[in-house]
Amino acid sequence: MGQEQTRVVVTGIGALTPIGHTKEAFWDALMKGTSGGAPITYFDATDFATTFACELKNFSVEDYIEKRTADRMDPYCQYAIVSSDQALKDSGLDLEAIDPLRIGVVHGSGIGGMTIYDQQFRQYLNRGPRRISPFFIPMLIPDIAAGQISMRHGLMGPNYATASACATSLHAIMDAFMLIRCGMADYMVCGGSEAPITPMSVGGFNSARALSTANENPAKASRPYDRDRDGFVMGEGAGSLILESLETAKARGAKIYGELVGVGATADAHHLTAPHPEGKGAMNAMKTALSIAGIKPEDIDYINTHGTATPLGDIAEITAIKNVFGDHAKKLSVSSTKSMTGHLLGAAGVVESIACLLAMQNQTVPPTINNDNIDPQIDLDITPNEPRKRKIEYALNNGFGFGGHNASLIFRNGSSL
Amino acid sequence: MTEAEIKDKVYDIIVSKMGVNKDQIKPESKFSDDLGADSLDTVELIMELENEFDVQIPDEDAEKIGTVQQAIDYIVKK
Repeated sequence: MGQEQTRVVVTGIGALTPIGHTKEAFWDALMKGTSGGAPITYFDATDFATTFACELKNFSVEDYIEKRTADRMDPYCQYAIVSSDQALKDSGLDLEAIDPLRIGVVHGSGIGGMTIYDQQFRQYLNRGPRRISPFFIPMLIPDIAAGQISMRHGLMGPNYATASACATSLHAIMDAFMLIRCGMADYMVCGGSEAPITPMSVGGFNSARALSTANENPAKASRPYDRDRDGFVMGEGAGSLILESLETAKARGAKIYGELVGVGATADAHHLTAPHPEGKGAMNAMKTALSIAGIKPEDIDYINTHGTATPLGDIAEITAIKNVFGDHAKKLSVSSTKSMTGHLLGAAGVVESIACLLAMQNQTVPPTINNDNIDPQIDLDITPNEPRKRKIEYALNNGFGFGGHNASLIFRNGSSL
Repeated sequence: MTEAEIKDKVYDIIVSKMGVNKDQIKPESKFSDDLGADSLDTVELIMELENEFDVQIPDEDAEKIGTVQQAIDYIVKK
């Protein structure tokens, strides 16, 4: 490389999750081992194979966004506004003092506006094509959240969405990192949001046999690494990070949550929805991230896994970890945030990166809850049921999506910077 | 329906779609300049009028409806 690379750090966090609507509430809930699972209230799910999900609870959009503005956003976009507002505020950035061309947004969604799609398709069937709202398309498209964030704050730098299913927001963070490194922007708002608890997406994921059907006990249904896991639990929400160079962060005296030191992205090139059985793509993503970070596998203290609680996916990822980390795999801590939040699809990656950053800040690994009988094939320390204090200097976060997209990020603890 | 009733309903639609107070609306108010409607809002307002009053407003007519009074007159005439 020769030339010194820009070091990129996280200076702002926003989290809107089923177990907490701020980063503080989210962390408290992680430490208490809170489950977000409950019966679906958004529609009558009686006839669905799965009747529960991790909805945002006690959330009213009017508390955050003026009504007329909110009315022109699908929930997935509203959530992105909430988390990005929080992150910008948390960063302490003075937007008046920054050249608007130097601050951009990469904010993704795995699916986009499912609620508005369901609603407008019904309108079309019942009332005909002339009754389709002029706002339908700009509410539906998965990039509109990035656009809306830019309009709300006047951010005129690079602006787009990533889409890689459940790896979406990790790719968004990765892109933001690269945009800063290549010099196109000084500050980036990045992350993802998802509002998939609608009849068509619950039904669709049910048909793909991806969701848990443990309807009798929603709070216990998301059980990564447990013998009785039977699929993921759908969640919703959003997460946003503010990235900037270490230099600007230090110059303005910003608090630094962590440094994004390594990124890796690969493909399985294997199957529409199933992971590669040995997690080949996942393995390559982690190796790439380690290599870009310039650190050894032994440096990693904590892995926040994709860990969705599908029977195949959990095994494939653990196999990949063992292949990458060898003997060290047994010494590092592993946990799945999805045991508590459910699976936030396009927002999962960023929310779990936030879990990594807060874990480093608190030097505590959040647990994997609902582990009553750990699957004997899972022979790593998955931090069952209770959080654990330990040294965390480097944390790695995995995210994988339908289509075989794999992404891994490595963060370094910010307190030593 | 009397003209007064039509006017009332038109005002209600504008309040609900444009997020303005009723007392901000005057007969001569322009949708774009005075009530803050952009091109998408205008299409939506016309659709709401069609819906509420069960009329068809072709695009060439819709283009001529620029003020609140013009909207009321158009509905009355239909």
